[in-house]
Amino acid sequence: MSDELLEIGDRIVGLARAGEQVEVVVGRSRSTEVRVYDGEVESLSSATSAGVGVRVVSGHRQGFAYAGSLDPEVLADTLADARDNAGFATEDAFLGLAEPDGVPVPELDLYREGLAALPTERKIELAAELERAVRAADRRISGVDAADYADALAEGCVVTSTGIRTSSRESSCYISASCLASDGDDTQTGFGFSVGRLPEDLDISVAAGDAARRATRLLGATKPSGGRFTIVLDPFVTAQLIGIIGSTFSGEAVLKGRSLFADRLGEEVGAGAITLVDDPTNPLAYTAGETDGEGLASRRNVLIDAGVLQKFVHNAYSARRAGTTSTANAVRGFKSTPGVGCRALSLVPGTQSQDELLASVGDGVLISSVSGLHSGVNPVSGDFSTGAEGLRITGGALGEPLREFTIASTLQRMLLDVAAVGADLEWLPMSAAGVSLVVRDVTVSGA
Amino acid sequence: MIEEALVSRVLGAALRTGGEFAEVFAEDKRSSSAHLDDGKIEELGSGRDRGAGIRVVVGDTTGFAHTADLSEPGLLAAAEAAAAAARGGGGGVRSVALTRQNAPRPYEVQVQPGDVPKATKVELLHRADEVARAQGGAIRQVSASYADSRRRILVANSEGLLAEDDQVRTLFVIGCVAVGDTGMQTGRESVGRTIGFELFDTYEVDELARRAAGRALTKLAARPAPSGALPVVIGKGGGGVMFHEACGHGLEADHIQKNVSVFAGRVGQQVASPLVTLVDDGTVATEWGTFAIDDEGTPAARNVLIQDGVLTDYMWDRLRARKEKRPLSGNGRRQSYQHLPMVRMTNTYLLNGTSTADEIVADTPNGVYVAHLGGGQVNPATGDFVFGMTEAYLIEDGKITEPLREGNLIGNGPKVLEMIDAVADDFEMGPPGTCGKDGQGVPVGDGVPTLRVTSLTIGGTAA
Repeated sequence: MSDELLEIGDRIVGLARAGEQVEVVVGRSRSTEVRVYDGEVESLSSATSAGVGVRVVSGHRQGFAYAGSLDPEVLADTLADARDNAGFATEDAFLGLAEPDGVPVPELDLYREGLAALPTERKIELAAELERAVRAADRRISGVDAADYADALAEGCVVTSTGIRTSSRESSCYISASCLASDGDDTQTGFGFSVGRLPEDLDISVAAGDAARRATRLLGATKPSGGRFTIVLDPFVTAQLIGIIGSTFSGEAVLKGRSLFADRLGEEVGAGAITLVDDPTNPLAYTAGETDGEGLASRRNVLIDAGVLQKFVHNAYSARRAGTTSTANAVRGFKSTPGVGCRALSLVPGTQSQDELLASVGDGVLISSVSGLHSGVNPVSGDFSTGAEGLRITGGALGEPLREFTIASTLQRMLLDVAAVGADLEWLPMSAAGVSLVVRDVTVSGA
Repeated sequence: MIEEALVSRVLGAALRTGGEFAEVFAEDKRSSSAHLDDGKIEELGSGRDRGAGIRVVVGDTTGFAHTADLSEPGLLAAAEAAAAAARGGGGGVRSVALTRQNAPRPYEVQVQPGDVPKATKVELLHRADEVARAQGGAIRQVSASYADSRRRILVANSEGLLAEDDQVRTLFVIGCVAVGDTGMQTGRESVGRTIGFELFDTYEVDELARRAAGRALTKLAARPAPSGALPVVIGKGGGGVMFHEACGHGLEADHIQKNVSVFAGRVGQQVASPLVTLVDDGTVATEWGTFAIDDEGTPAARNVLIQDGVLTDYMWDRLRARKEKRPLSGNGRRQSYQHLPMVRMTNTYLLNGTSTADEIVADTPNGVYVAHLGGGQVNPATGDFVFGMTEAYLIEDGKITEPLREGNLIGNGPKVLEMIDAVADDFEMGPPGTCGKDGQGVPVGDGVPTLRVTSLTIGGTAA
């Protein structure tokens, strides 16, 4: 079915004028979302959407336009808009589209025909089963405010006048629940999910169990007094943290003087336990993909190896400007030009389970969730401060629940202060994997 | 956008499976942007999004489908899909007679951004870059963005409503990086209004550039923020983010009906200090969260949420109001035709008090002064919320002294509202915001006069 999208790409690229580079990104998706509340369908949405983004580079200037439609008339307008926009940009000799680099596109098998055939009734039933499972998980569960099933079948292609012509398709689905637990006047919340490419991959008991456990284990939480502690980040929190750290390894941020780690290649930026890899060719990653946003074959990039900074990630433009080659890290949808970003980050796991890590820590705080990552973490200065909830670690085991406190350090220090990486790597519905992480000497602010 | 007779036929089709309520939301949005970074105009972009979302409600179930195809077959297919998702008893053919309802327009756009030459927009970016860099050699990087959008919407429903709006928004953002002995620091400023290119008659990009650069430069000398609970003075304007998080989300009726808000069941009760009168108002001319009609066709309204500390009402969309059989409040909003509407804030602000900002600071022996905030987050069920400080200072002996590094502050909504012990008379609206909820972003405004909270936990690293 992607042939139709490639044909659209070919047709627009065929209109490129002499001396002009044209890139066309076409995307189309079909999705369903079901929310069940109190045993009834609260909402059921089904949708097909499609669109095209056109980039024109001419005379070393770049212009862009998109349209949320594949209507032929709109497509012609979009090319004209992009062309017109290019006339107003600044000349930059490094501008230009990606060019074929000989790296073969991996076959990741990310598409499952079965998802397209799944009847709506089955989708509703999955969400309803999830809601029942959360309620049944613990008598203190006092409400399930959302039990969702969602899926998407997406296909896309990139065609350029420089010889790139790649297409891809993938299927994905997930279930997620958020719930309330109550005990007396106290109320706490929890969430859980499970992701896959087919409904068979989804694990209702894991999603329900996580939601119930996250909510119930915080019941009775109090605000701690402050101090400096060793903290253990739950896998979900680690995934959020390494997502931010990954942004500082963008070649674009380095070139523009916005990266903490510019000029640090080959140096020790983290503890020896840290090996950070960006690998969208791992089919287990939720954000796995065969090509990047400029149509180049995805590849595995080691960013930090045993604490030593190995490389920055690039798209075609930042690579050309930095005198290197693209690492296939162009990140975009059809509504924007390619940025530079990590696509499927993970820490190489260690050997200890979370329980073993807690035992080795002795005393500290387990961080079960953080809030305000967008408002209290500055990836340019490295300042790190977030709201947090969690449990005290005493005598090597989990103790009383804690809430309404903050944790603070800097990104630079946290990488160096990592004491251990857990063995419990899990892929989450985001562009980074989770794993338990022990970080020393973090400031906890509370009462 | 769509012919009235066709809208009527589509609504009829949507009701065929016995729907109790059906709605067509059509949208035609055009946007343009220009971005400068590293001294260069990197690109200009143009976008077009056009389509319709159709929903059908039966009992507590909503069926929804959207399409980018506004032809009759495209709309009818979406209507069938939405109807299939929400089946009632009975059914059969119904026709819907529509009555056009015109809400007063909050403001008449003077200069459509689409009529402004691209070169003029680009010139603003160069100007901002130049002015920011002139603030000092320590300013090493500048990025600036210009964006405008024109969003035309049509809402029609099975109750006979037909309403349209034409929303024009213009935005300018600048960010600077300063480099010093202590590393890199950033400063950001933005201005956005629900108006056209005349935005720049009122706001000079020079001034925005100076402020953004000044913020980054100031922070080069910043010391680590304190760790622990302290009195906090929130500066006028952008401090509105605190109310957006501390109670705004908790007063949205969808959270109330599912009992996932600490404010459920508290109407008529004292929930805040008597100094607090909080309003959500989609009618304030030119503000970022302003419109003539919400995304369900309801005229924007001014709603008092908290009066002198007493909770007076929640915010409502059609679905939640219908359930309670109560009037609509104009808070049903959605990101685009591809999304279902839900309860959202518009412009949320605190009314003036009687103190002065100087008195409040002078009366604070030790604490933190937050001059500029950077967004926040809340868990409405527990009331715990955070907001970021992107420009803050220590208060020592009643005086604003040294600048502090960035961080989050954390508090509990209901407790913090009670701990507001001073409100000044210098009300101002803050910078434009994008509020995220359940994966949808919508433009919102907020504002406050200078105020003090007796205790908030500062998420710094200093002992």
